[in-house]
Amino acid sequence: MKKLINNAEDVTVEQLKGFGLACDDIDVHFDPNFVNVAGGVKDRVAIVSGGGSGHEPLHGGYVGLGMLDAACPGQVFTSPTPDQMFEAGKTVNGGRGILQIVKNYTGDVLNFQMAADMLRDEGIEVRNVIIDDDVALKDSLYTAGRRGLGTTVIAEKVCGAAAREGYDLDKLAALCKKVNIYGKSMGMALTSCTTPQNGTPSFDLPEDEMEIGIGIHGEPGTKRDKIKSADEVTAILAGRILEDEAYTRNLSEWDPAKGDWVDVEVTDITFQKGDEVIAIVNGMGGTPLSELYTVYAKLAELTAQHGVKIVRNLVGNYITSLEMAGVSITLVKTDEEILRLYDAPVKTPALRWGI
Amino acid sequence: MADARAGAGTVTGPMVRAWIEKSAEVLAENRKYLTELDSPIGDSDHGNNMDRGYKAVVEKLPEGDDIGAMLKSVAMSLISKVGGAAGPLYGTMFLDGSKPLIGKTVVSGEELAQFFADAINGVKKRGRSDVGMKTMLDALAPASDAFRAEFAKDGDMPASLKAAAAAAKQGMEATIPMQAQRGRASYLGERSIGHQDPGATSSYLILQAFSDAVEEAAK
Repeated sequence: MKKLINNAEDVTVEQLKGFGLACDDIDVHFDPNFVNVAGGVKDRVAIVSGGGSGHEPLHGGYVGLGMLDAACPGQVFTSPTPDQMFEAGKTVNGGRGILQIVKNYTGDVLNFQMAADMLRDEGIEVRNVIIDDDVALKDSLYTAGRRGLGTTVIAEKVCGAAAREGYDLDKLAALCKKVNIYGKSMGMALTSCTTPQNGTPSFDLPEDEMEIGIGIHGEPGTKRDKIKSADEVTAILAGRILEDEAYTRNLSEWDPAKGDWVDVEVTDITFQKGDEVIAIVNGMGGTPLSELYTVYAKLAELTAQHGVKIVRNLVGNYITSLEMAGVSITLVKTDEEILRLYDAPVKTPALRWGI
Repeated sequence: MADARAGAGTVTGPMVRAWIEKSAEVLAENRKYLTELDSPIGDSDHGNNMDRGYKAVVEKLPEGDDIGAMLKSVAMSLISKVGGAAGPLYGTMFLDGSKPLIGKTVVSGEELAQFFADAINGVKKRGRSDVGMKTMLDALAPASDAFRAEFAKDGDMPASLKAAAAAAKQGMEATIPMQAQRGRASYLGERSIGHQDPGATSSYLILQAFSDAVEEAAK
């Protein structure tokens, strides 16, 4: 393993230290670790997210004006713990409640639920919305369900803008759930990745093979295949996304009337001719930007063939897996509301426009 | 230590402290092993997380013989230090199990059986899971049943905990042919078959540490 680190145990703290020094508008807190927008939040819903480290710029890179109010980084590829979200939530609470955007990984879901329970005990209203947009997984009955991928970035952008427009907590949670069912993603890996703690690759991937349906934690995907061309790989991923059938599953959410977590049945969309979408061609951390543009070229051709129009796009590293080489594609259907909020000004370390 | 109720059929505060400290030792020894088990079907962090968590557990363990207070402290340390799914699941397990034991310096076999039952229910509810899904419950539930059955015979605490640990080991091994239905391993579908569940393994190690600690104390 070759890595630019000092001590493997210290990577998350050292990274946070540098992040804080590099970003003027962001406050960094240690023990428990979280980052938040400087100046705090007044008289509107605050938005908090988080997850394991190693996916940068997710989530800290999306803290700032028009997006997240706080982010809680866990250890590398390990979900953050409830005390982090608890302190972050208390810090950014602007008196109108907190929306927690949670990627669908068992650890993230459980830790954010415990944090929500703790914040509620402090008299702060909290809604958790789960993002589960990974079409690589077909069924949810016998698995922990689809994982959260690139739609998370769009949900954080759109909800961040909506919070600043004055959406109340229920309206904001409904918007976030809409973005989730409008979004579909799928990824693949050319190489594995190595966490600093372990020092060896998370899985073996021979030189002539690729892993289709990869998650973002170095966990193996759903299918191993011989390596193919960029166009063929793009066609596999885009094909699965564009042709994915409406997916029905139960997602856990807080029911304020019952005062308990309940399972709610959710069904997502299928892409139709005439749909307008935001597209992300996302690098997994070790993919040259040039290769991502090659993928984007094919994606634009395939969506056009499908009658789906890309109206906005992001090409680059937005939700990564350390140094893994690979790509994920995300398409999020838009409507007037989503597009207006997506275009609203944003000023964060990783996304910046309209300012 | 000479509590009037302490005897072969009970567990005392010092025994619980010894259990917690032994668990930390065993998890440190098995850090690499647990992480290796987690590598093919998870995200290669279980051993690191449990070791980090139990180190914090030992550091923050309160003085005194209050068994409920000790177990609650274990829960809070694990919740804040482990992360992943294991943090909230083990945290909930110890938190829910500890509640009826607050203020007690000695617990009976019946109370310990209730501790196991409460702990397991907490894990089931938090994880929306049950036995047979290739999780820590596959080690915990048979251990709980074995403890209750063995203790009902003649109230021998060391023998009952030994039976619980043996059942946990069997339960852990029984996860090998299972297809995972919860956690990250579930994403692999059939490819999760043939691997021993890391969570069931750490659960077994913790129960074995309990049995060993009480057996040593009883000598």
